[in-house]
Amino acid sequence: MDLVVQGLVKAFRLLLSGDPEVLEITLLTLRVSGLATLISLFLGVPLGLYLAVARFRGRELVVGAVNTGMGLPPTVVGLWVSILLWRNGPLGMLGLMYTPTAIVIAQAVIALPVVTGLTMAAVQQLSPKLRLQVLALGASPLQFWWIILREVRFGILAAVMAGLGSVISEVGASMAVGGNVRGYTRVLTTAIVLEVSKGNFDMALALGFVLMVLTYSITYALTIVQQRRRRW
Amino acid sequence: MTAVLEARDIVIKKGGRRILSVDHLAVEPGEVLAIIGPNGAGKSTLLTVLACLDLPTSGAVFFHGRRVTRANALAVRRRLAVVFQEPLLLDTTVLENAAIGLKLRGRRREAEAKARAWLARFGVGHLAAQQALTLSGGEAQRVSLARAFALEPEVLLLDEPFASVDVIARAGLIQEFKSILSSTGTTAVLVTHDFREVSALATRVAVLFDGTVQAEGPPEAIAAHPRWGALADPRTASGAGSGGCGWH
Ligand SMILES: Nc1ncnc2c1ncn2[C@@H]1O[C@H](COP(=O)(O)OP(=O)(O)O)[C@@H](O)[C@H]1O
Ligand SMILES: [Mg+2]
Repeated sequence: MDLVVQGLVKAFRLLLSGDPEVLEITLLTLRVSGLATLISLFLGVPLGLYLAVARFRGRELVVGAVNTGMGLPPTVVGLWVSILLWRNGPLGMLGLMYTPTAIVIAQAVIALPVVTGLTMAAVQQLSPKLRLQVLALGASPLQFWWIILREVRFGILAAVMAGLGSVISEVGASMAVGGNVRGYTRVLTTAIVLEVSKGNFDMALALGFVLMVLTYSITYALTIVQQRRRRW
Repeated sequence: MTAVLEARDIVIKKGGRRILSVDHLAVEPGEVLAIIGPNGAGKSTLLTVLACLDLPTSGAVFFHGRRVTRANALAVRRRLAVVFQEPLLLDTTVLENAAIGLKLRGRRREAEAKARAWLARFGVGHLAAQQALTLSGGEAQRVSLARAFALEPEVLLLDEPFASVDVIARAGLIQEFKSILSSTGTTAVLVTHDFREVSALATRVAVLFDGTVQAEGPPEAIAAHPRWGALADPRTASGAGSGGCGWH
């Protein structure tokens, strides 16, 4: 218990002193996980819309894969992205291994099924008759998708929260493809693992505190928007 | 005079089964054509095709004499309006719901004024700012009707539009709808299985049974028909739910 209290005190001191390394790690974490979430949205939302309405052979297989992917172990993603980006791997010539970009890619892969699955689920909750009604209102195909997107906007907001939450808190993939290089690819989670292993619990606690506050404030802001229209 | 909407040799198959087969059905300008028949007769399927929301397996729908194809269906749809049994409002304000059709047609400037006027006409003008999904069933269906009229459609297609409105509110809404329909001279196709709606609103009736048009004529003639007259009898055709009893 002492350890925790001491750690917390030190942690606050660290935070209040505006430690430049903590700040740098925090900003990188935000940049990497934010970008990864954004990419997963650009790919996952259209994919989710498509999977919700499409009829094709093997659709259940794809949907099953997406649903499984929602719980994809980050370590496994890290492994596969490593194999792809490795010097002798198929994308080795890009020289992305152990760069922040590599983490973005791995995290986007982790968030993609989450965003896709939640978008799909949100669309499937709409009345199927709404499709005919929107077309009957005179919507062109583009207008149709725009209206459907607007109808599921709160579902997509949930997808953003879940996607961001899944990547900002993962450590396995960031470690595997980023390598936790100080001042370059070190993010909050990998830094915490390192500090714990070195026995620097105060630093670990400080970083953990930052991560929690960060995640909570972002999610809180989105929650405010989401709950403004609560009907239950 | 050419018909506004015309179905010729329409066949519709769903899941390998022929569910509709209509040789000829025309909607003339200014008329209110009622399509009646029991559950499963194919009324909704027929309305969907007439509304150009679905192309028939074979045959075609003609709009002002021109064949409706995949390429021109959107342009035709934009001259029609459809009201379904459920109000199917979007998750936004009542006003936005009533204005959306005009906005989709690029007529943003007039959209909200028209929407307000039609909401008022259907007695829900005071709800304009309210979120549509918080409305009662009857209010929502009034908004759905206002949304359709705001488009000033050349043909208004309605699929059992009063079935989801409770019995007490229904008679009043039908009367308001009737006066609006006649004052605007709107051409309409009304799917129903309640003959009281037919007597109140229709100028002509088509009886649909087993996917084919079995009889066509003025409401009085259908009511007097030896076989289909049963429809007009409230004891055998009780309206919502069980249009099928006493048919054979
Ligand atoms: N997508 C579909 N696939 C297979 N059968 C369908 C489909 N849609 C409608 N049907 C069938 O077509 C028949 C007519 O349906 P419908 O037009 O809804 O009848 P109504 O509106 O007169 O009650 C019904 O037997 C129904 O089961
Ligand atoms: Mg029906």
